[in-house]
Amino acid sequence: MSDLEIQAGLGRSPRANRQHRPPRRFGVAEALAGLFTIFLVTAALFPALVAPGDPLGIDPLSAFQSPSPAHWFGTDESGRDIYTRVSHGTGSSLLIGTVATLIGLGLGLVLGTLAGMLGPIVDFTVNRFLEVLFAFPGLLLALLFILIFGPGVATATVAVGLATAPGYARIIRGQLLSVRSSAFVEAATVLGRSPGQILVRHILPNTLAPLFVLGTLGIGQAIVWASALSYLGLGAAPPAAEWGAMLSAGRTYIGSAWWMSFFPGLFIVLTAVSATALGRGIERRLRHA
Amino acid sequence: MSDETGTGAPAVRVRNLVVGFGPGGDADPVLNGISFEVAPGECLAIVGESGSGKSVTARSLLGLAGENARVSADELSLAGSDVRGLTEQHWRRRRGRDVGLVLQDALVSLDPLRPVGREIADSLRLHTDLGAAARHARVLELLDRVGLPDAATEVRKRAGELSGGQRQRALIAAAIALDPPLLIADEPTTALDVTVQAQILELLASLKRAGTGILLISHDLAVVGRIADRIAVLHEGRIVEQGPAHEMLTRPDHPVTRQMLAAIPVDKPRGLRLSVRAAAPVSPSRSSPALTSPGLASPGPAGRDAPRHTVLEAVGLVKRFTRPGGAEQLAVDGVSFRLARGTTLGIVGESGSGKTTTARLALALTRPDAGEVRLLGQAFSAASAKQRRLLRPGLGAVYQDALSSFDPRLSVEQVLRDAVGGGAGRTGRGGASVSTADRRRVLQLLDAVGLSQGLLGRRPRSLSGGQRQRVSIARALASEPQILICDEPVSSLDVTVQAQVLDLLDELQRDRGLSLLFISHDLGVIQHVSDQVAVMRGGRIVEAGDAARVFAAPEHPYTQDLLGAVPRIGF
Amino acid sequence: MAEVGRGTRVFRGALARLGGALFVLWMVATLTFFAIRLIPGDPAEAILGGPGSQTSPEALAAVRAEYGLDQPVLVQYLAQLARLATGDLGRSYSLNQDVAPLLIGQLGGTLLLAVLALGVAWLLALGLATWSTRGGRVAWSVGSGLEIVAAALPHFWLATALIVLFSVWLGWLPPISTPGVAGLVLPVLTLAVPLAGFLGQIMRESLLTALESPFVLSARARGESERGVRWVHSIRHAALPAISLSGWAFGSLISGAVVVETIFARPGLGRTLLNAVTVRDVPVVVGAVLIVAVGYILMTLLTDLAQRIADPRLRTR
Repeated sequence: MSDLEIQAGLGRSPRANRQHRPPRRFGVAEALAGLFTIFLVTAALFPALVAPGDPLGIDPLSAFQSPSPAHWFGTDESGRDIYTRVSHGTGSSLLIGTVATLIGLGLGLVLGTLAGMLGPIVDFTVNRFLEVLFAFPGLLLALLFILIFGPGVATATVAVGLATAPGYARIIRGQLLSVRSSAFVEAATVLGRSPGQILVRHILPNTLAPLFVLGTLGIGQAIVWASALSYLGLGAAPPAAEWGAMLSAGRTYIGSAWWMSFFPGLFIVLTAVSATALGRGIERRLRHA
Repeated sequence: MSDETGTGAPAVRVRNLVVGFGPGGDADPVLNGISFEVAPGECLAIVGESGSGKSVTARSLLGLAGENARVSADELSLAGSDVRGLTEQHWRRRRGRDVGLVLQDALVSLDPLRPVGREIADSLRLHTDLGAAARHARVLELLDRVGLPDAATEVRKRAGELSGGQRQRALIAAAIALDPPLLIADEPTTALDVTVQAQILELLASLKRAGTGILLISHDLAVVGRIADRIAVLHEGRIVEQGPAHEMLTRPDHPVTRQMLAAIPVDKPRGLRLSVRAAAPVSPSRSSPALTSPGLASPGPAGRDAPRHTVLEAVGLVKRFTRPGGAEQLAVDGVSFRLARGTTLGIVGESGSGKTTTARLALALTRPDAGEVRLLGQAFSAASAKQRRLLRPGLGAVYQDALSSFDPRLSVEQVLRDAVGGGAGRTGRGGASVSTADRRRVLQLLDAVGLSQGLLGRRPRSLSGGQRQRVSIARALASEPQILICDEPVSSLDVTVQAQVLDLLDELQRDRGLSLLFISHDLGVIQHVSDQVAVMRGGRIVEAGDAARVFAAPEHPYTQDLLGAVPRIGF
Repeated sequence: MAEVGRGTRVFRGALARLGGALFVLWMVATLTFFAIRLIPGDPAEAILGGPGSQTSPEALAAVRAEYGLDQPVLVQYLAQLARLATGDLGRSYSLNQDVAPLLIGQLGGTLLLAVLALGVAWLLALGLATWSTRGGRVAWSVGSGLEIVAAALPHFWLATALIVLFSVWLGWLPPISTPGVAGLVLPVLTLAVPLAGFLGQIMRESLLTALESPFVLSARARGESERGVRWVHSIRHAALPAISLSGWAFGSLISGAVVVETIFARPGLGRTLLNAVTVRDVPVVVGAVLIVAVGYILMTLLTDLAQRIADPRLRTR
């Protein structure tokens, strides 16, 4: 299982009654997550709208100021406003997360579809291949990739995409197999539909709908991973206003200026939590629509 | 009968029991003032359909109605002492000692991770001071008492390693470990094959003779007729009628009881309506000539007297499966049958008899390892994939689990449109290409199965079981097939809903001259619907022939056993 | 339909599993070998200190001969496999010592960290799952919210927050991992909390499923107490899916160790690996990757075994 499978609840066993479970209605958490996401997207597209200042503007006189009405999140060692920098960093962080997720989903889709559609021999081969990839757990595949192609934003993004691909592939394969063997596909066969018609009408829509959920959940995780690489000095490098890189820069001043690390990290956490909440919300809606 | 055995105190006495759930529970209770009592050595059966409040009754008597349940009663006593307002701790001391519970399927009612011996010993551990050795001895004794003679090895097995009947026996042993005066059995035989069901009922009857009071909860009047002394019929949270079993089964007063009795298919002649007309929404508008023309105008030589052409034929079907261990298993072993036009062939068998595999072979969903299926005189199973597709419109299918046979993304209308139209390409969602002719056909189909147009926009998930099965039948009829293959089409339905669906199938068969291959585990249903019948066991047909002959004078010993085990009302 | 004896079947199963594990290991070695060849530039130059350094052609030739770089690829590959089979992981470019003893020396610290973190994560997850299924909407929402947030916490940020809180402000614990118990607390917590978030979600789901199942109703009807229901009947069911996640948890802990060991300046496999990636010390990275792969494979085998012990249903099949 991967982080995503856990988050999407795909490991759950079927159960008959859930009478003791509190009914899930429209949640406050989902609403908050939605609001924060709107803020993030605005900040990513029009950073000046939420933070008019210059993210790289140096002001040595006001270095290391703690949070105040003038500098909501404080300032860093060069007097740059942390709030401005965090807001302006949203774009690159979201972009990295989205691109990495798309790469992972894309590769996963190719591998998963090959395994799920082309019969037992291909399935066996792809499965063995995935098993081998799973033996490079977590960041390992990403680190190996960076070793080969060198550090940097682009490599880190591709590396995260690559590292998440096996998980996606396995989920997609499982989904395809379960849809293919479902009773409604059989019912369509009995109605005399051709394999092509069944693929278009039943198999693809029912396989791809959950991908939307996976993608939403995945963006949050991808941002966490990519910023971890930046933090380790393998992704985006300071003074770029990228969350992981900002955290890394703040590391030296942990003792004196905690806000330099705290707020960029807070944004990473909030983004990941929002993605999870939204992904779950979408999943619930798909299931009970 | 109660006076002979007991101390005088009834095992349970309930007066004016009201149970509601949640904030609105008081206004709309699930149980609305029911009263009954069970004496030692007596069996009271509470019979009702799903949603009538049966299971809540059982749980309320154990103080397990749930945290958000509101339970009130004028009297609620177990073994002569009041249990109203007991704290959870006091309840715990009574559960298992004053009352035992046996649930439906023991596969999930016994902890799958623990040996059954431990499960049985639990009550002893909780309520007595017996040491481990004494408990073990008592467990062996109990297993012997419920008819598991090889107790010493069975105690170490887990629920999954026992057969359905053995499991149910173990579950009963756990419930009677402390000889409680009252045993509540909530659908104790529902998941079992008919022969095993008869054995479990016999076990319960023997417990009753030994002095235990039994509260039997069931949806099936015929089943409870075997051991109940008295029957109470529960309907929408009220007991509508209560009385001695014999009277209730032969001279019922209340319409609900009568309807339930009428719905039992066993021993009812073919073609006799099972459902009350008012209850079954028989389509009022017989005006759609293309579809529901009166029986005589049906295509082909319909009617029961016309010469019988074979429409579906199976010759020497064999299907093997490889089990995980590598061993091969013959699921179907040389099955042959012929389905004659306009008639019904019933295939009956217990679980594992190969009847579902036979259905899948007949539908050409799996390839036989030997033998072939011929459809309307042409090779079907042996034909090319393309050729099979061309033949498929001649064949419709109705499944047991209708819900899972619908694409969860589609509405009722989309499901039926897909069936009516040519498939994926044409019926884009809400696209302009949808033809009005298709829509008219969809409406005709709905009408034919007695559903209202209002359901078109609904998802199958939001429909009732009976409605789902009607949609499934409508879908099967979309291609105007000559044959319907029904695999356990009514097995998961309430008995009155079952009656409506059986009546609908019968009506459609007469109107359209359909031929039915009807597969079921339920001999009563098979007896009611079939012209010809085939009895399957272990992948083979052990007896086949005219339904009237097979049911009146079965030749094969297995058929005789099966028929002997069928619960029936008559005496 | 010859019925194979149970002992034989178990033996065959174990053999097949072992074969599968060796196959995966071989493919990992192969994949890594060929992936390394994608590195642009001359490996001999990398060995001598990178493209920038002044190297004579003679020195390069000597290095090529020493490392076998002048041989055909296939020969190099086979030689590599042969070396790996004897446990020889080559020689570090940057540290000028043999990789195998170097990494094995680092292994202990990382394993200690991972095992402790796994244990703490299990306890946290189980505690949270049990508490939040006690009943009530509030407990449920709080529990599920805590799990989601915990699962979203990046190791590097959590570590920073813990250091600020416990070392800088409260001064209770050292910000740098010192030998001894005090130095282990923050790194273990950093690794355990996010993992507990993931495990907790899984455990709560399966705990609820167990609590709502008919066998628990049966147990209650026998007079079993709430505590008995939980400890005798439900916990094992809750633990099963979490056990099956152990392989994944191992990977997540190793990834976390890379970050945590760096932040807390703790010697270990993760930190060595990161340093090696930074200076592009290929043999060390390859060696670390192989060791982790072996660890992962062992972990999946152990998981299999643990599942069989915890779930008798798997044994009879």
